[in-house]
Amino acid sequence: MRHTFAVLVENSPGVLSKVAGLFSRRGFNIESLVVSETEDSSTSRMTIVVEGDNRVLEQVGKQLNKQVDIIKVNDITHEETVERQLCLIRVSADQSTRQEVLQITEVFRCRVVDIGRKSLIVEATGDETKMQAIIRSLRPFGIMELVRTGKVAMIRGERNKGK
Amino acid sequence: MKNGAQYIIDFLLKKEVEMVFGYPGGQILNFYEYLGKSQLKHVLVRHEQAAAHAACGYARATGKPGVCLATSGPGATNLVTGIADAYLDSIPLLAITGQVNLNDIGKDSFQEADITGIVTPVTKHSYLLESLETLPEVLDEAWQVATSGRPGPVLIDVPKNLFLAEGEMTDSRQTLHTRKVKKADRTEELMPEIMEALRKAKQPLILAGGGLVTAGACGLLIKLVEETGIPVVNTLMGKSAYPADQPLALGMVGMHGVAAANLALSSCDLLLCLGTRLSDRITGNRRQFLEEACIIHVDVDAAELQKNVDANYYLQLDARIFLQRLLDEGNFKKNGDIAKWHQQISQWQQDYPLPTTFDGLLKPQEVILEAARQAGSQAVVVTDVGQHQMFVAQYYPIGRCRNFLTSGGLGAMGFGLPAAMGAAFGRPEEDVLLFVGDGGFQMTLQELATIREHNLPVKIIILNNSTLGMIHQWQNVIFKKHYVASDLPALPDFAKLAAAYDIPAVTAAKREELSQVMEFVLKTKGPVIADFRVDGEELVLPFVLPGGKPQDMLGRWQGETHLRSFSRK
Ligand SMILES: Cc1ncc(C[n+]2csc(CCOP(=O)(O)OP(=O)(O)O)c2C)c(N)n1
Ligand SMILES: [Mg+2]
Repeated sequence: MRHTFAVLVENSPGVLSKVAGLFSRRGFNIESLVVSETEDSSTSRMTIVVEGDNRVLEQVGKQLNKQVDIIKVNDITHEETVERQLCLIRVSADQSTRQEVLQITEVFRCRVVDIGRKSLIVEATGDETKMQAIIRSLRPFGIMELVRTGKVAMIRGERNKGK
Repeated sequence: MKNGAQYIIDFLLKKEVEMVFGYPGGQILNFYEYLGKSQLKHVLVRHEQAAAHAACGYARATGKPGVCLATSGPGATNLVTGIADAYLDSIPLLAITGQVNLNDIGKDSFQEADITGIVTPVTKHSYLLESLETLPEVLDEAWQVATSGRPGPVLIDVPKNLFLAEGEMTDSRQTLHTRKVKKADRTEELMPEIMEALRKAKQPLILAGGGLVTAGACGLLIKLVEETGIPVVNTLMGKSAYPADQPLALGMVGMHGVAAANLALSSCDLLLCLGTRLSDRITGNRRQFLEEACIIHVDVDAAELQKNVDANYYLQLDARIFLQRLLDEGNFKKNGDIAKWHQQISQWQQDYPLPTTFDGLLKPQEVILEAARQAGSQAVVVTDVGQHQMFVAQYYPIGRCRNFLTSGGLGAMGFGLPAAMGAAFGRPEEDVLLFVGDGGFQMTLQELATIREHNLPVKIIILNNSTLGMIHQWQNVIFKKHYVASDLPALPDFAKLAAAYDIPAVTAAKREELSQVMEFVLKTKGPVIADFRVDGEELVLPFVLPGGKPQDMLGRWQGETHLRSFSRK
């Protein structure tokens, strides 16, 4: 099944490749990975989405936990989380379809961040389901280009102090 | 004011490092300059791979961390096999490598290799030193990481200019990575259940792994067995964890385990696994491993728990602390069941013993038995990798913790000679017995020079079967006698080779001369080589085929001369 790991690491060179290496060595393809500094600039938070066998992923989690420069590993797959990803979509939109496209972006509360003669760039944020819905709705107009960040996630409620 | 080189040397001296094994080169010469002026002893090996293996041999034999040095690029890459060996066998090893100047890194400079990148998957941690200021913390932490928890190798890569850079360095700064979040300890919660399971078991068995040796828990294990009467089988790495002369020591389990030990393993109703990763060489098919029995797994490394085998109870704990807790709980009553279990095991031992009489060509097993008869169970025994290694594991009765050194996890041919050398440095009062194959010996025999130079009492027993025996065996049994590249043509005359190094040597091929030749080997002071020409067709038996169950053993059973799979009555 698909797992989401929240990994707090020391903000030092080599951590990223080490984490990626531990997944790839066991044949996992990382679906998405987001790294950035946290509120404390000496640490980084990685949110990793990976699909695979539960048992083996548990093993990878433990291997991650053993690394000197990894502070904490959390499998938050089953936690209640707030999760977001950001998506930029260049969608064809000429005179005849522009209005319709703009309407769709409004429904999903997306922003239009660039307008060309034949296309628009739409910026969307939300969770996976919303992303898929937006992409599905825009596809008929012709998606010319699409980039997505991986997802970032936070556990809901008081528990989450980041560490 | 100290420079980087001086600081490192002082640090090692402060940690009571007796000696370092290394080989010089351009990027580490500045370090060597100060090393030469210091009290720290340096052993010049003849190949960096041997520096790492020797440091590991030293560490395995003494329990203290081993330290090795190499220059950048080829020096560093030559260390890798030894580092990987230390990683898989959990041996504390500190490797220090020279690197090109900080400014030259990343420019494919002469002899530049990204060694920290290369060793990432086979070290507990590695550091590229980026400033002199962090040196105290890096050294402190590296030492701590290498020696604590489940020990292992750590590498520090030091750019050339930082050896010479000077600065005020204070020792007592905080370590680098202190923020690690600890998992909750489940000992108190699980202990009652584990005790209960142990008391209820009718056919309990202890599987002793290398973790017991690391933890220094061998004495406690002896006590536990005395109190409970639970028999002990061992892994390859756990061979010195429990004295072989104890009545309840059943010997090694696994692919080439002793029949009675494998039968006990497959019939037990409770298996207490201590300090073992339960490797595929023991479990065979992991999914089907002891489906009926209650498995208790204790290991200091949480990542080993539930990795290969699902245990009923598992605990992340140092084996020594666990055994002490168990003994404190106490109150084990030996019941009638255990006597029945002992009886059953003795029956197996009687019915399916390891052969001890041989005819035809000289067999490797009898050489080992003769060495054991004369050198006794207290000797330090080192092996290389191959058939001879398995024969030693089956036949040589090891009587003391840390007296059996072998490349278990990596199975690195070429380990034996340099590791024996390291052991001899670490235990200078004792002779070291090395059993090595004709193949593996040729992989690191340049160390004969180092051994000669220091007149080390390494008794090199070559079990010369003129083949890559273990490969020959697999091709015989699994590939239906289709032999490819397992002969070793153009074998050198090892006695002549010994003469070139000015090391006494003897060649023997006859049963009648065995005892006398062995006497010569053990009586000769300093290094000696004995080239025993043994039967190249001998098979290591029993043989559990890869993926099989422990009780599915190929062997020659009860006087039969043909090979057949064991089937339990
Ligand atoms: C460095 C390395 N290369 C290859 C192997 C594969 N291998 C395992 S045992 C063996 C044969 C060893 O032959 P020898 O040293 O003569 O010992 P024998 O089995 O004959 O006792 C080989 C090639 C290995 N373990 N290590
Ligand atoms: Mg051989």
